[in-house]
Amino acid sequence: MQPVINIKNVKKTYIMGSVEVNALVDVSVQIHKNEYVAIMGPSGSGKSTLMNIIGCLDTPTSGLYEFNSVNVGEMNDNELAKIRNKKIGFVFQTFNLLARSDALHNVELPLVYAGMKRADRRAAALQALEHVSLSDRMHHKPNELSGGQRQRVAIARALVTNPSIILADEPTGNLDSKTGIEIMALFDELHRQGNSIILVTHEEDVARHAHRIIRLRDGLVESDHMVESRIVHEVTTATG
Amino acid sequence: MKITDLAYEVKEGLTISFQAIRANKMRSVLTTLGIVIGIVSVTLMGTAIEGLNRAFNESVSKIGADVLYVQKFPWMFGGDDWWKYRNRKDLTLKQYREVKDQSTTIAAVTPVSGRRLTIKFSSRSSDGIIVIGANEQYILTTGATMDFGRFFSQAEANGGRPVVVLGYTVAENLFPSESPLGKNVKIGGVSFRVVGVLGKQGSFLGMDLDNRAVIPISQFMQRFANRWRGLDLHVKVADMKELENTKEELRGILRKARGVKPGDEDDFAINQQEMFIQTFNKIGVVVAGIGLFITALSLFVGAIGIMNIMFVSVSERTKEIGIRKAIGAKRSTILLQFLIESAALSLIGGIIGIIVSYPLSLLVDQILPTSMPVIVVLIAILISVIVGVVSGFLPANRASKMDPVEALRYE
Repeated sequence: MQPVINIKNVKKTYIMGSVEVNALVDVSVQIHKNEYVAIMGPSGSGKSTLMNIIGCLDTPTSGLYEFNSVNVGEMNDNELAKIRNKKIGFVFQTFNLLARSDALHNVELPLVYAGMKRADRRAAALQALEHVSLSDRMHHKPNELSGGQRQRVAIARALVTNPSIILADEPTGNLDSKTGIEIMALFDELHRQGNSIILVTHEEDVARHAHRIIRLRDGLVESDHMVESRIVHEVTTATG
Repeated sequence: MKITDLAYEVKEGLTISFQAIRANKMRSVLTTLGIVIGIVSVTLMGTAIEGLNRAFNESVSKIGADVLYVQKFPWMFGGDDWWKYRNRKDLTLKQYREVKDQSTTIAAVTPVSGRRLTIKFSSRSSDGIIVIGANEQYILTTGATMDFGRFFSQAEANGGRPVVVLGYTVAENLFPSESPLGKNVKIGGVSFRVVGVLGKQGSFLGMDLDNRAVIPISQFMQRFANRWRGLDLHVKVADMKELENTKEELRGILRKARGVKPGDEDDFAINQQEMFIQTFNKIGVVVAGIGLFITALSLFVGAIGIMNIMFVSVSERTKEIGIRKAIGAKRSTILLQFLIESAALSLIGGIIGIIVSYPLSLLVDQILPTSMPVIVVLIAILISVIVGVVSGFLPANRASKMDPVEALRYE
């Protein structure tokens, strides 16, 4: 089966002032449908850069990135926006909801950009909110919701387009531990329902929910292993 | 992009704009102030120009296309020539009679002279009435009608009878509750019998045409003439197709009567409406030009204000732009969103401007016969939207080109 995400020898270099920073030195990763993956690593390991590239917010300096077998490296801004809109659901540490819009409109927004009809949009957004058990809060603005509720709205927003992959960057980082556990339970459930999930985290507790952990260090994949089977896969550049 | 997509984006853009404007009420109001002033200037200028045109057209129809005005001064001349015209010999009643006797192509001719005087009746008094001396044909050349009574007759004019025809306003002021016919009024201390009242004529560029009284020219010359007050001839052309012939004939008669040597230029001017129109159009262009400049300047200042606040808005909302891009907003979407916001801001200013101008246009109406034309309102709305879009373009473009990764990191 073709992987959803096929990253091969990806390198990302930033120019900071006059210094070149190699955020990603040489990374190759494949992620398939319905996988539940955690990307881990200390700060500076390149995990945020990798997440941005996977999320099509950024493009690699060199190397290949195929999303659903389409080369992302050759896409223009509009095509990238389209992929982000339809194929990727983002969940952020700081929720990143629009403060002036209520929960329903926040969830609806990706569908507005997708050009969906108002009635269909409403129905899909309501369904997504129901999915995260927040339909009774749909007319609340983010500042009228608790942290956990906000993250649920964000998850509903990520789900609403029925994306190929849900990309969550430290989704429990701004939550207390009890709420964090609830949110992780929600991710587990979404995975059981057939969604593909990538978590970016530095917390082992969070990463343990995933079935596969990819550890990065200094812009390289340090290890890539399945959690349940405890089998450590050696990652070679030959994969794919 | 499909039309429906665009429609959704425009709608979303409008929603966001009004949220943003509501969230920053004070700032938005202050920003729109520049546009408000600009639009007030646009509408008032439009109203004033419309009023000038209307006043002019009404006035022109009052003075009549088929009337020639023989005067010392032409209606159009450069400032340097003033003394030349001033020093010309005045027209005389003798010359008037030459024209009257010799011309074959005119329908009516009257000598006209005027002076501001006080008219009294019993205890009532009206100041500053223009008392005109003329003959019985004045009623033909001026295009006036009679409200009641009659104009003085040829016999009264020739005989220099002390009779007067009052303008509408004069009659109203002096005789609020009784008929003026047959009553004796005092003009400059001399008694005149009222034989008629002229119909209402309205105003001419702010000057009340009904605030006048007409007496026989010989009475005027005898009682009120002085050496600073010249005499004009008003000549009604019999056939407009023969206008040029009539002018030539008049020139010939007057040159002879005034003893102008062959080869010398005329020492009088034959004026007609057309010259008035030309002069007016020149003034109109200048007024419109100055108005346009002031308007453009105030709109420019308003546009800079909007641009400034849109830059602030874009930079404040960097994070929001990042979020929108992350969930699929294209560059064009973000561009459109901020253009709509800036246009909406400007449009609000425009609408406030129109609301503010309306009472001001009523003030203009006191001076010029006008009302705020609908077309001016539409133009003002259009201008405010265009100003908004133009001044919002640079900030919106900056927003659309933001890197989503950087924008999301912004706190």
